[in-house]
Amino acid sequence: MSSIVNDSFNVLVRELRPVRRDPFSLIFSLLQPLVFLGLFTPLLIGQSGAPAAETLQWFVPGILVMIVLFGTGAVGSNLQYEMMTGAHERTLVAPIARSSLLVGRALKEVVPIAVQALVIVAIAFPFGFRAHPLGLAAGLVLLAVFGIGLGSLSYSLALATREHEWLFWGVQQMLIFPLLILSGMLLPLEDGPGWMRAVAAVNPLSHLVTAERALLGGELGAPVVWWGLLAAVAVAAVGLVVGIRSMRRS
Amino acid sequence: MNSDTIIHSRGLAKRFTSKGQDVQAVAGLDLDVARGELLAFLGPNGAGKSTSLRLLTTLLRPSAGTAAVAGCDILADPAGVRSRIGYVGQGTSGSFSQRVRDELLSQGAFYGLGRREAARRTDELIESLELGPIATRTVQQLSGGQKRRLDIALGLVHAPELLFLDEPSTGLDPQSRANLWEHILQLRRSHGTTVFLTTHYLEEADRYAERVMVMDRGQVIADDTADALKAGLAGDAVTIGFADPARAQDARAALSSAVGAEARQEEDDAGRPVLAVTVPDGAGRLPDIVRALDAAGLPPRSAAAVPPTLDDVFLALTGRSLREADLASEDAGDADTPTTHDTSTTHSTPNEKAGRP
Repeated sequence: MSSIVNDSFNVLVRELRPVRRDPFSLIFSLLQPLVFLGLFTPLLIGQSGAPAAETLQWFVPGILVMIVLFGTGAVGSNLQYEMMTGAHERTLVAPIARSSLLVGRALKEVVPIAVQALVIVAIAFPFGFRAHPLGLAAGLVLLAVFGIGLGSLSYSLALATREHEWLFWGVQQMLIFPLLILSGMLLPLEDGPGWMRAVAAVNPLSHLVTAERALLGGELGAPVVWWGLLAAVAVAAVGLVVGIRSMRRS
Repeated sequence: MNSDTIIHSRGLAKRFTSKGQDVQAVAGLDLDVARGELLAFLGPNGAGKSTSLRLLTTLLRPSAGTAAVAGCDILADPAGVRSRIGYVGQGTSGSFSQRVRDELLSQGAFYGLGRREAARRTDELIESLELGPIATRTVQQLSGGQKRRLDIALGLVHAPELLFLDEPSTGLDPQSRANLWEHILQLRRSHGTTVFLTTHYLEEADRYAERVMVMDRGQVIADDTADALKAGLAGDAVTIGFADPARAQDARAALSSAVGAEARQEEDDAGRPVLAVTVPDGAGRLPDIVRALDAAGLPPRSAAAVPPTLDDVFLALTGRSLREADLASEDAGDADTPTTHDTSTTHSTPNEKAGRP
């Protein structure tokens, strides 16, 4: 067991090296969430008639979840690339536990998530967005736990689709967009049809978004926070189990 | 198995299903390799060379048979095997997003070296494989030859007693290839490392390997030094030229009886008539042959004896030249090795991994 911890740590350190060498790569990948923040917020304001600050208070927590969804959901492609070049094969011959190759990678996701979320919070600040400090800290933990799970699932998808890049992206996009829309991240689902609300009720992402809104708004003890935590932990548990199994079989 | 045997296998086999067909990639490999040997698997694409290596390095589970590598059983103790061997696959070992030095440090950690030890080893390898000027570049920015040197360095971080190299020089230009071999031979001189490689470059096996195992269709069909293989199986190609076709025709019977083998009438590159025959020690027998033809009143215009290549050995063993066998396996969509050959200067990206069902 201690060797798995040790091996995972070594894999984590390896995965973090390119981030440390080129931290700005984390900012570049924020482009997509920033487009949503910049172009979607005015529409939301126009539709609801609410002031910018109030709209951001509702929208920014969703953007933070979006960062995790897009960024972490895509990390499998890195592994897929290493599978195609031979770098992954090299690590399979090294005397380290197979599971650590997954766990170390999944844990790495915490770093980009935290950095990127804080950058978004800072960008939204001048426009009137305010985050409860403790709530923000708790919110980051929740995002990180969810991100570990989603990252693991993304790696599992890469292991399952092997060298078929198109298949990886096809499946990934097919899953991500319905999850996104059915989470109430971009538009409130309260006015949607009953079936949409029913699907959203079992979508862990929608619980996560609701929990983030409560946490960043300072409602630390709200029941929705616990539901969000449960959703994040469930995704992490499923992701790690599936991911470790796929990595061991590879 | 005694302590001087570093690889010992019996009946090692791998079959898998590819495109609905049952393929016997490796059919019963019996192997005994002594510590310190430098041996090469030579064979066309799809012969089972890479799959054999992947079995011995625990990347694939055999369908049948047993093997002990560096004193550890490949099935019972794969971790033991992995910690004792170095493996350089066909692809690029370094991740494209990583820097050269960083990959070496990570690799050191994977093999259980402490931080200081990993850093010391990394610097040593950067020095000896001349990676210094590119140590802070990402793998993506490297040339084919530089990538390959990094691959070798990664395989050596833990100073393994046994190094497997799968097509180490495929895709390299001649100078990078010679340079790479210098490093491999230096490594052997200084550490006594056992080196086991696969290649489909004849000259490479001929020039560097002390022992050549010729592989075809999943089986080892010959196993000896390159010289012994050539002397025993192929013989020299003797070519006798004549002034005109009629005289060559007349000389055919005399030549055949002089060497004890059937001579063929052919034309040389300039279109002049020649008689060709393959005989052991052709060079040594050339004076006798010329004298015999002279005595028969059929003086030759030219006489040559060309020593055999390993391609001739392969031809003698299988009835096909290596090149023909390569082309045939490519036609069949077989991809035991990448299809990029010597003309390419960048290392190929293997889309189909060897032996992976």
